[in-house]
Amino acid sequence: MNVREKKERQSGEPCMIWDATLESLAWKSRGWEQVCRYQDLEPADSSMEEENETRKINNSFLRDHNYATEADIISTVEFNSTGELLATGDKGGRVVVFQREQESKTQPHRRGEYNVYSTFQSHEPEFDYLKSLEIEEKINKIKWLPQQNAAYFLLSTNDKTVKLWKISERDKRPEGYNLKDEDGRFRDPSTITTLRVPVLQPMDLMVEATARRVFSNAHTYHINSISVNSDLQTFISTDDLRVNLWNLEITDRSFNIVDIKPANMEELTEVITSAEFHPQQCHTFAYTSSKGCIRLCDMRQAALCDKHCKYFEEPEDPSTRSFFSEIISSISDVKFSHNGRYLMTRDYLTVKVWDLQMENKPLETYQVHDYLRGKLCSLYENDCIFDKFECVWNGSDSVIMTGSYNNFFRMFDRNTKRDVTLEASRENSKPRAILKPRKVCVGGKRRKDEISVDSLDFSKKILHTTWHPHENIIAVAATNNLYIFQDKVN
Amino acid sequence: MAGADGDDSLYPIAVLIDELRNEDVQLRLNSIKKLSTIALALGVERTRTELLPFLTDTIYDEDEVLLALAEQLGNFTMLVGGPEYVHCLLPPLESLATVEETVVRDKAVESLRKISQEHSPVDLEVHFEPLVKRLASGDWFTSRTSACGLFSVCYPRVSSTVKAEIRQHFRTLCSDDTPMVRRAAASKLGEFAKVLELEYVKTDIIPLFTALASDEQDSVRLLAVEACVSIATLLPQEDLETLVMPTLRQAAEDKSWRVRYMVADKFSELQKAVGPEITKNDLVPAFQNLLKDCEAEVRAAAANKVKEFCENLPEDNREQIIMSHILPCVKELVSDTNQHVKSALASVIMGLSTILGKDNTIEHLLPLFLTQLKDECPEVRLNIISNLDCVNEVIGIRQLSQSLLPAIVELAEDAKWRVRLAIIEYMPLLAGQLGVEFFDEKLNTLCMAWLIDHVYAIREAATSNLTKLVEKFGAEWAQNTIVPKVLGMANDPNYLHRMTTLFCINALSEACGQEITTKQMLPVVLKMSNDQVANVRFNVAKSLQKIGPVLGSNALQTEVKPVLEKLASDSDMDVKYFAQEAISVLDGNFSLQMVQPAFLLLQIFLRNVRSVETPDPVDEAYFVPSPDQTCRFFNVLQNSCQNQPLAEYIGKWGLPVVFFQLAFYPLLIHKDLVWLAAPEEMKVRMLWSVLTSEEHAEQNRIRLLTPALTLTAAGM
Repeated sequence: MNVREKKERQSGEPCMIWDATLESLAWKSRGWEQVCRYQDLEPADSSMEEENETRKINNSFLRDHNYATEADIISTVEFNSTGELLATGDKGGRVVVFQREQESKTQPHRRGEYNVYSTFQSHEPEFDYLKSLEIEEKINKIKWLPQQNAAYFLLSTNDKTVKLWKISERDKRPEGYNLKDEDGRFRDPSTITTLRVPVLQPMDLMVEATARRVFSNAHTYHINSISVNSDLQTFISTDDLRVNLWNLEITDRSFNIVDIKPANMEELTEVITSAEFHPQQCHTFAYTSSKGCIRLCDMRQAALCDKHCKYFEEPEDPSTRSFFSEIISSISDVKFSHNGRYLMTRDYLTVKVWDLQMENKPLETYQVHDYLRGKLCSLYENDCIFDKFECVWNGSDSVIMTGSYNNFFRMFDRNTKRDVTLEASRENSKPRAILKPRKVCVGGKRRKDEISVDSLDFSKKILHTTWHPHENIIAVAATNNLYIFQDKVN
Repeated sequence: MAGADGDDSLYPIAVLIDELRNEDVQLRLNSIKKLSTIALALGVERTRTELLPFLTDTIYDEDEVLLALAEQLGNFTMLVGGPEYVHCLLPPLESLATVEETVVRDKAVESLRKISQEHSPVDLEVHFEPLVKRLASGDWFTSRTSACGLFSVCYPRVSSTVKAEIRQHFRTLCSDDTPMVRRAAASKLGEFAKVLELEYVKTDIIPLFTALASDEQDSVRLLAVEACVSIATLLPQEDLETLVMPTLRQAAEDKSWRVRYMVADKFSELQKAVGPEITKNDLVPAFQNLLKDCEAEVRAAAANKVKEFCENLPEDNREQIIMSHILPCVKELVSDTNQHVKSALASVIMGLSTILGKDNTIEHLLPLFLTQLKDECPEVRLNIISNLDCVNEVIGIRQLSQSLLPAIVELAEDAKWRVRLAIIEYMPLLAGQLGVEFFDEKLNTLCMAWLIDHVYAIREAATSNLTKLVEKFGAEWAQNTIVPKVLGMANDPNYLHRMTTLFCINALSEACGQEITTKQMLPVVLKMSNDQVANVRFNVAKSLQKIGPVLGSNALQTEVKPVLEKLASDSDMDVKYFAQEAISVLDGNFSLQMVQPAFLLLQIFLRNVRSVETPDPVDEAYFVPSPDQTCRFFNVLQNSCQNQPLAEYIGKWGLPVVFFQLAFYPLLIHKDLVWLAAPEEMKVRMLWSVLTSEEHAEQNRIRLLTPALTLTAAGM
C-alpha cells in the first residue's frame, strides 16, 4: 500500500484508487498471482534459507497425496487488523502465524511474502470424563485482538475452550551468573568474592507464544464462532444453542446472553450457526441460525438478548421448495462489512448481502455454485451438503470472496456485478504464476478450459479464506495447503 | 564488601540474584519478593547503576513476577538512597506501566503514585512529569491508560505552565480513539477534578464530562456516572442545575441498561452529592423510574438502594415522599417476576420500618413483609429473616411470629443444604429476639435435628450455633436443655452422630464452664475412648486436648492422662498420633508454668549476639540448637500462646520484637517452624534499623542476613 492510499483510508473515505487497481488487475482475472504456498507447516526457523529448505522438502511430499495427515488440514485462517500477520489453525490443534516480509530493496520481488513467524500447539485433545466425550483439538476459529502493545494477541478456540495467546518477541537475554561460569559450570562457592548483577545482552530474535488466559467450562455444545467486541474489553463465544459474553480479563465468569435451548429438546427446531459483533457499535451483534435467518441484538436493551431487535429473513420461494430447502438455507457464516452498514451471509449455494436497515430481503444475492442445485441428492449422500463455507469482505467492502468445491473460490464485485472463479491448486502453483479463471459447464457442450460439473472433486473444498484488511492480498486454505495470492505488482 | 579470602556468607545473596532469572517461576517470584534484601546487600550505588537497569528490561516475565516487582519498587526509595535518588525508580516502573496485563499496570501506577510523593517539586517537574507525558502520548493504548492515573498526583505540585500542559494531555486522552483509554480517563475524571482549581473544573472538566457521558460506547458512558458524584460535590449548589443535572438526567434515562444500572448503583452517593433540593425535584422521579425499569438488573440495583435513599431524604417531608412516591413502587416490586429483584428488596425493606414509625409499618409494611415471608424463593425469605432486628425495634417481633415460624421451619427443612446453612446462621439472632420461651417451645427441636443432618457442613454449623445459643441463654439453660440431648447422642448407633457429640463438647466446654465440663461431659468423652470406630477414638484424643484447659489439673492428671496414654498405644496409627499430640500439648501446659520463657529467649538471644561477635564456625555450631531442641521449644511456645499471634505473645514479656526476631533466626533454620507473623515490609524495616546501626561491621551485616536468606531458600 502506498502512502497516498494509506492516507485516504485513514481519513475514512472510500479508496478509489484501490478499487481501480482491483478492477484492472483482478477482474481481468490475470492479476492474481501466487506469492506463497505452505503445507505441513513445520515449526520452522524464521531464516529464509531454512524456509526454502522446508518448502523444497514439502514439494517432494506433494507427489504422495496420502502423506498429509488429517491433523494437517487447515481449519481456520485469519489476518490481523494490520495485515502484517496471518494466522492459521489446523485440525491438530496447532496455530501457525505468518509474518509479512518487510519490503527490501535487494529483493523487490519478495514484497508480500509471508513467512512463518511462530508455531505453537494451541489445543490438545481432551476427554470429558463426566460426559464420556472426546474433545477434539481442532481449532475452530482464530480472532486477532487489536494491537495494544509490542506483543500480538489472538483468541483461538476448539469445541469447548477459548484461549488467549500472546505472541511476543525477545531479543535480549541476561548474562552473568554468580554461581556459574560462562560455560555453565558451577563455581566453588568459596571463590565468590563479589556479587554480580546480570546484564542484558542482545541475542537472536526469539518469538514466544504464551497462553495468557483460558476461558473454559462455559459451553455444553460445540463452539462455532468467537468475536471480539469493539470496546476491546469483551468477546462472545457461540455454540449451537447459546451465546456467552466474556470479559477478556476474567476467565472464571461469563454471561449467557442468548439461550435458544427449549425446555424440551424434542422441540428444538433450529441451532445457532455463527455470531459476530458489529465492527463499531459495541452493543450490537448478529447471530445466524440453521433456518437461514439472522437476528440482530442490542445489548443495551436488556441483560439477556433473547429478544432480538432486528430479524432478517428472505421469504421462501414456494416454487423452488424441496426436501433440501431447509438444509441449504442454513447459514454457515456471517460477516459485518468493515463500515458496519451491511451483513454478509453464506448459505450452501449463495452469498447474500443485507442492508442493516432492510429486514425483509437481502440487498444482493450471489450464486456461488448454482450448478450444484441439480446434484443436491448426491451431495446429501456424501454429506457435502453440510459443509460450512465461510465468506469475507475485501478492505473496502466492494468485493466479496467465498469458497467452493474442486479447490475453486469465487469473487464477486459488488459495483460492477462481475464475478470470477479461481482455482488454488498444486498443479498451477508455481510462485508468481498468474491464476487463470475457471469455468464450470453444465450439460452438453464443453468448451476448452471448461470443467464439467460431473468431474468436480468434492473432496477438495475451500471452506476458509481471509482478505488482507487494506490490500489485495488473500489467503485461501485448501485442505492442508495454504495459498496466498496478491494482485499483480506492475 | 567481603574479604579477599572468599566469604560463604555472600553465597545466599548470590543464589538470590541468580534466581532472578531461574527457569522456575516460583523461584523467580521468591527472589523478586526478596528484592529489598538484594538491594540492601548491593548497597544504594550498585542498586541504582546495576540492579535497576536490569529490572527495567525484565518485562518479559510472567504476570505474577511483574506484579511482585511493581509492588516492590513502590517501597524502594530508601534502598536507592532516599528521596533525592527516587527518580531512578521511574524507568522500571515506566516499562511496567505499559505491559498488557491490567493488574500489573495498575500496580505499577499505584507504585508510581506512591513514589511521586517522595519527589521534590523540582524532581517532579524534571523527571516525573516528562514520564507522565511520555506515557500519555505513547503509541500503545496500554501506556496511555496508565497515564490517566498519574495526572492527579503531579498536578497539585507543579508550576502553572506545566499544569496547563497536564490539562491539555488529559483532554486529549478523553477523546482518544481507543475506548480503553477513554474508559481509563473517565474513571479518573472525578479524581482529577478534585485536584483542579474550581475555575478549571468548570471550563475543562465539565465539557469533558459531558462528552464522555454521551460517548458512543456505553462502557464509557457508565463510568461518567461515577465521575458525576465527585464533580457534583466540587461544584457550588447553584451551578449544579446547569452543569451536572442535564447529564445526570440523561444518564438515568440512557438507552443502555448498563448505564441506568450504574445510576441506580450509585444513587445514594449521587443523592448526597446533589443535595436535598435537587433530590426532591429530580431524583425522586428518577428513582421511581429506576424502580420500574424494564431491565431486572436495574430494578434489583435500585431496590437495593431503597432504604438508603429514603433515609437520606430531607427530613421535613420525608414521610410524605416515601408514602406517596416510593411505597407504591415498592409494593409492586414485592410481586416482581424476577427473584433477584425480590431478594434485593427483601434485604433492605425491613429498614423502612424505622423510618416510617410504628403505625405506618403495621399498616403498610407488615403486609409486604408477610407476603415476602411466603415467597417461593428461599433467598427472599432468608433476607427478610436476617433483617428482623429492624422491625423488632419498631413494632416488636410478636406481630410477625405467627408467620415467621412456618417460614423458618420450611427453610430449616429446605432440600438445598445451603439454604439450611443460611438459616442456621440466623438462629442465634432469632433466638435473641424471640426469647428463650418461644425458642424452647418452637425452635429447639430444629436446632437438635440439624445436629444429625446428613450434610457435614450443616452439622458443623449446628455445633457452633449451639455455642452461640449457650452464650446467649447461659450455662444453666445449656445444662437443662442442650447438654442431655447432646450427650444422649453418644450412644447413637451411627458413628457420625457419636462424633457430633464430641464436636459439640469441644464447642460447648468453654461456654459451659469447668463444672459442667468435668462432671457431665468428661465421663462421656472418656467412655467413648473405647469406641470401636477409630475415627471416634482419635476424636476423643482431640477433644481431650481441646477441653484440657477447661478441666481442673486434678482431673487432668487422674482421669485424662491415663486414657490418653492408653490411646497412645492404640493399634490405629491416627489414634496414636493424635493421642501423642494431645499429651505433648497438655504436658506443655504444665511445663510452661515451670519454665520462665522470657529467660529462655534471652539466653538464645545472647548466644546469637555472641556468635556474631566471634565468627568462629565451631562456636557457631555449638550455639545453634539442634532440631530436636528447637522443635520442642517451639511446641511449648505455640501451645502456651494458644490463639494469639506469636509476636504479640512474646511482646508481653517485655522484649523488643527485634530482639525476638534476631534471636529466632538460628531457630528458624529448622524449616518446619512457623515463620513470624510480621508482614514482609515490617521485617525489612526492622532489619534495616538493626543493620544500619553503626555497631555492626559490614561483615556482620551480611552474616546477620544469612539466616533470613536461608529461610527464603527453604521456601518460607
